[in-house]
Amino acid sequence: MAATSRTTTYDPDARMAPGPWLKRNLFNSVGQTALTIVTALILLRCLWALLGWGVFNAVWYTTDPDVCRAATGACWAVIVEKHRPMLFGLYPYDEHWRLALMMAIYLATVVLSLWPRCWNLRLLVPLWIVAALSIGILMFGGVFGLRFVPTADWGGLPLTMLLFTGTVLIGMPVAVLLALGRRAPLPVARGVSVVFIEALRGVPLITILFVAVNVFPLFLPAGMEVNRLLRITVGIAIFFACYQAEVIRGGLQAIPRGQYEAAASINLGYWQTTRHIILPQALRICLPAITNHIIAAMKNTSFVIIIGLFDILTATTAVMQDPLWRSFYVEAYLFVAGVYLFFGYALSVYARQLEKWIAEGRI
Amino acid sequence: MSPATANIPAATANADIVIAMHNISKWYGPFKALDNVSLDVRKGERVVVCGPSGSGKSTLIRCINRLEVHQEGQIFVKGLEMTDNVKNIDAIRRNIGMVFQNFNLFPHLTVLENLTLGPMLTRQMKKADAEELAMHFLRKVRIPDQARKYPLQLSGGQQQRVAIARSLCMEPEIMLFDEPTSALDPEMIKEVLDTMIELAQSGMTMIVVTHEMGFARTVADNVVFMADGSKVESAPPEEFFGNPREPRTRAFLDQILKH
Repeated sequence: MAATSRTTTYDPDARMAPGPWLKRNLFNSVGQTALTIVTALILLRCLWALLGWGVFNAVWYTTDPDVCRAATGACWAVIVEKHRPMLFGLYPYDEHWRLALMMAIYLATVVLSLWPRCWNLRLLVPLWIVAALSIGILMFGGVFGLRFVPTADWGGLPLTMLLFTGTVLIGMPVAVLLALGRRAPLPVARGVSVVFIEALRGVPLITILFVAVNVFPLFLPAGMEVNRLLRITVGIAIFFACYQAEVIRGGLQAIPRGQYEAAASINLGYWQTTRHIILPQALRICLPAITNHIIAAMKNTSFVIIIGLFDILTATTAVMQDPLWRSFYVEAYLFVAGVYLFFGYALSVYARQLEKWIAEGRI
Repeated sequence: MSPATANIPAATANADIVIAMHNISKWYGPFKALDNVSLDVRKGERVVVCGPSGSGKSTLIRCINRLEVHQEGQIFVKGLEMTDNVKNIDAIRRNIGMVFQNFNLFPHLTVLENLTLGPMLTRQMKKADAEELAMHFLRKVRIPDQARKYPLQLSGGQQQRVAIARSLCMEPEIMLFDEPTSALDPEMIKEVLDTMIELAQSGMTMIVVTHEMGFARTVADNVVFMADGSKVESAPPEEFFGNPREPRTRAFLDQILKH
């Protein structure tokens, strides 16, 4: 598409050899040279300290916390020792293989779904049905001789994944509908969307979750109960949708009026125009901002702490109550940060690839 | 040629008349964009609408397929009145193709997809049939080799010819052209006008808003001159260019033909 002719910005450093580049940017005057040397020394000192703590003096493997206490470096052994309750929470220890298998199925399904060559409903719909069924069977159990595990005992990384996926799968369609509603010709749709978005955007996520968990059940008829995990997922999803809706509305507003007129002139109806002309263009335009909110949504899953579910962060906090190992919480949290960073960065890389494909006109 | 004066009585009675506009008025806020305009178009007739910018000529033809809503008067297309009724709008638009000044192609779809979308969605055509139809019209506008490209990879003239082909794929009986060459570089105007002339020769009913007086002279059956939202004069081209009745028409023609 047109974006192949993207203009290159003028960059005077682009073709410089390393020698002249250093001289120009780091050693241009006495003051600058001094500043460069001081900064380099500070950086080297920090790096040295970090390597000493994290690598040279670190304990990589031991089952004895006293070995860690004797060392001056990091105690990575705590992660080896505690990785299962951190990753899998309260889920029965002997059944952890089910979660490992579930994560493998989940990741394979997601990776396939993100691959443009698989973007075909005849492939994706059966894939997701099979994946959802097998994940459900693995997580709940109760059939095929698998022990039943209630959602209250689910935890760790699989819980984070489920919450995140649920948030995006429920949240994105709601976001699109809210964004369309806000610009709809029908005053009723417009009113509902505006009230919904403004009301929910104005309160903290924690309030919405509190309502979903503690207040919402009061409105249900006696004896009827909606699963807590489902309630909290819908709560996070709706919060996500309100922000995402405004992002998508920005994309919708960028579509020139001529596109609507051309669609009308070939007699397309509202939904046909929206589905085939407007949304494909609008979503491409606001993809960077959509990615932004999706990454934020991944991190918001840690709010499930308020209903006592143990996602990977809360599970780690709980594990670190162990008096033998509790002094090594920094290492444990660094590990959790690493897991979040891995998934967050993977999303960023994928989004950048999507933008590239769009620019090349491949999708 | 039709006398095309105001106050045409029940034009729908005449089976030949495909578009009948009676006393159309439209306001944008306090501004009166169309002032009591009446116009009849017969089957196969080529009408050119001209006039200074802001005279309401685009608004007039955009009322015919309800991209603009008229507030007074009546519009009949093939005897069917244009109202709020969605069924009527749908039935009328089915018969009318439109070409815009800025082409308004769908930039995220290939040329071929631009052409097949309408037939597949609104006429339930199978993909293969729609593509065959699309290629037929792309050959007509002489750019079949661009079918797999995206609109923004084409020149302005090619884009406008794609837009014409896209309209033709709906197999309309009437084509509206809203300043189809105004956004084009001079060297591309001819290729678009040639396409339009061929279309005219095939017997298509056409209403063309344009400043291309050469096109009006050679193709039009009837030239309508508008100013300030009113129809000032309408006449066959020989009469319109040779012997304009109204002083305002003469002033306009003097200005536009001098160069």
